[in-house]
Formats: sequence, structure tokens, C-alpha cells
Amino acid sequence: MTEIIVVTSGKGGVGKTTTSASLAIGLARRGSKVVVIDFDVGLRNLDLIMGCERRVVYDFVNVIHDECTLKQALIKDKRFEHLFVLAASQTRDKEALTQAGVERVLNELKAADFDYIVCDSPAGIEKGAFLAMYFADRAVVVVNPEVSSVRDSDRILGLLASKTRRAELGDAAVDAHLLLTRYNPERVARGDMMSVDDVQEILGLSVLGVVPESESVLASSNAGTPVILDAESAAGQAYDDAVARLLGEVLPMRFVDVQKKGLFTRWFGG
Amino acid sequence: MGIFDFLKPRPAASAHTAKERLRIIIAQERLQRGAPDYLPMLRREILEVLRKYVNVDPDAIQVKLCSEGDHELLELSVALPESRGQRTEDGGLKTED
Repeated sequence: MTEIIVVTSGKGGVGKTTTSASLAIGLARRGSKVVVIDFDVGLRNLDLIMGCERRVVYDFVNVIHDECTLKQALIKDKRFEHLFVLAASQTRDKEALTQAGVERVLNELKAADFDYIVCDSPAGIEKGAFLAMYFADRAVVVVNPEVSSVRDSDRILGLLASKTRRAELGDAAVDAHLLLTRYNPERVARGDMMSVDDVQEILGLSVLGVVPESESVLASSNAGTPVILDAESAAGQAYDDAVARLLGEVLPMRFVDVQKKGLFTRWFGG
Repeated sequence: MGIFDFLKPRPAASAHTAKERLRIIIAQERLQRGAPDYLPMLRREILEVLRKYVNVDPDAIQVKLCSEGDHELLELSVALPESRGQRTEDGGLKTED
């Protein structure tokens, strides 16, 4: 059984691609056969985050338009054997994606026995975002604890409930979860930032994970090694917890409380 | 951070404000999402009825959805004008933003 997971948010810059890359790696690391697809046609970036930007020959749009085979366009990850990346086209625009074309590619991936297809949605609610969510079984809605991101997430949740194939066929609803990123426990404690509970209460959805604001996220993007591979960092560990929860494990939420600094780190920094 | 920072007044916690504002706007948007033209039409018709009797401004009608305990409340509030309230020429209604 192949499961299609869309990583979406509405708002840009909240961490969709970072999340897609880390979830894909986390699932592959636990033994699943995974492909992660960049739906942001014209603004390809997943390849950079995954560290395979120099190996893109064919892309998603080429496959849709029969300019190459799916096999030719799948970029094999160098770290995990059963992990593949399907890059977005950099030269076309979003109109190059068609619903029938996307469906055909997804069906081919299902036939190739992929366990998970992770769809990295573009920002906005235009065609690319619509097609990224349309065939989804599950949705990970990436949200920052900030007003515009929360509002846009609610809009996306409305679309997930009405503009997906599951909604149109009257099947079970797309299973949606929240993933909070850029979370800053200190600011929450000071009352300057909405808490996990606040966001959860407003949007009325289960929380898959809370990724703390962390310098390692930028460092990982810089290096092209998704942050989940940085086992030392809180963000990496938080993503790994989220993957475990996605697979059904029940884990307590870490990194949501202020870390008490020891005397040493307070004096010498840490 | 200066050593006299504790003397400065701390700004009121803004997270609470954010949460309250979001609760209101999201509830409103969810209602509009469920029935696309329902709220603006309701407003327009109520306004037409009211205008048979009193001169009210298009903005005088507020339609809000709020939750009270475990049930939701559709709140209609109409600000009636003073006796010499002016009538607007066009009945054009703006949807709330």
C-alpha cells in the first residue's frame, strides 16, 4: 500500500521543503521505500535541500509530458538506498502540471511499490498547491506560531476538506496533522509567542511534531543534508520524533519547554 | 541586555492578543467557507428590512460568530443611528475583513 503525504501550509517560508526533506529521509531511514516530489514548478528547491541539485537531468514536468521515463527522472539518494527525489522543473511554469499527468505519475510510483510518496507543495493556493494535495491520503500542515501562518493553515485545512479527491469521492477525509516549526519556548514562556496548545486549539488538529527554532536548520540547508540527519540538534531530533508519530508511535513532545541553563552555559555560553 | 532592564515597563504579552484575534477571524472565515454567500446576503437583507424603518449605515450591521462554552453563537448587532442619522445613497455593502 502506497501512502501519499502532502506537506503544505499556504504561507511561504514556514519550512515546507525542509519538512518534506526530513520526513522523506526519516521514513527511508526506518526502512520504507520513499520518493519525495517537488511540486513547486518554476521555483525548484527541494533538490538543494536534499543535496542532489547537480544530479538533476530530467524533472517531474518532463515525465508528465512524456519527454523521459519516470525511471530516468528519479534521482537516487546517495545516503539511503530506497529514497528518491523527483525534482520540479526550473524553466516551466505551474500550468505545465496537469491533473491527469500528476495522477499518471503517482500511479506509476504506486506500481513501483513505493511505500510513501511525499509531495512538497508550493506556497499559495494556486494550481501547484492544489495538485500537490489533490491525491493525498494524509497531510502535514506546517505552521509557525504566528498569526498569518495560522490563518493560512486554516484556509488550507478548508481546501483539504473540500478540494481533494477524497473529499470529492466522499471517502474518508484526508488525515491532517499539524507540524509546528520555528518554535521558541523562551518566547512562549514570556507570552510573546503562541504556544503549541494555542495553535492546536485554534486549528483543532492533532500535532505531529514541534520543531524548535534552531541554527542547525540553516546549517543543514547550507550543506544539503536535511536537518533530521543532524542527530545532535534539537530540530533533527524533533523531526525524527515526528516521523515516528507518523508511523503510529506515541511519544511525548520534546523541546516545548524552556531548557534550564546550567551555571556553566550561563557563564560561558552554550 | 542592560542591568537596569528590569526597570523598563514590560510590554503586555502579545501571544494572547494573537490568539484572540485568530479565534475571531478564523471562526468568521469558517462560516463563510461553509456557506459562501450566506453571511453577506443575510446582512444585505437585514439591512433592507431595517431601512424600511430606520436609516442605518451599511457598516452598522455586524454579523459575528463566536463560541460560548460548547455551543456557537451567531451574533447580529445593529447600531441604530441618532434621530438625525443619514441615509447612504448606495446600498453597497462591504463584506467584513
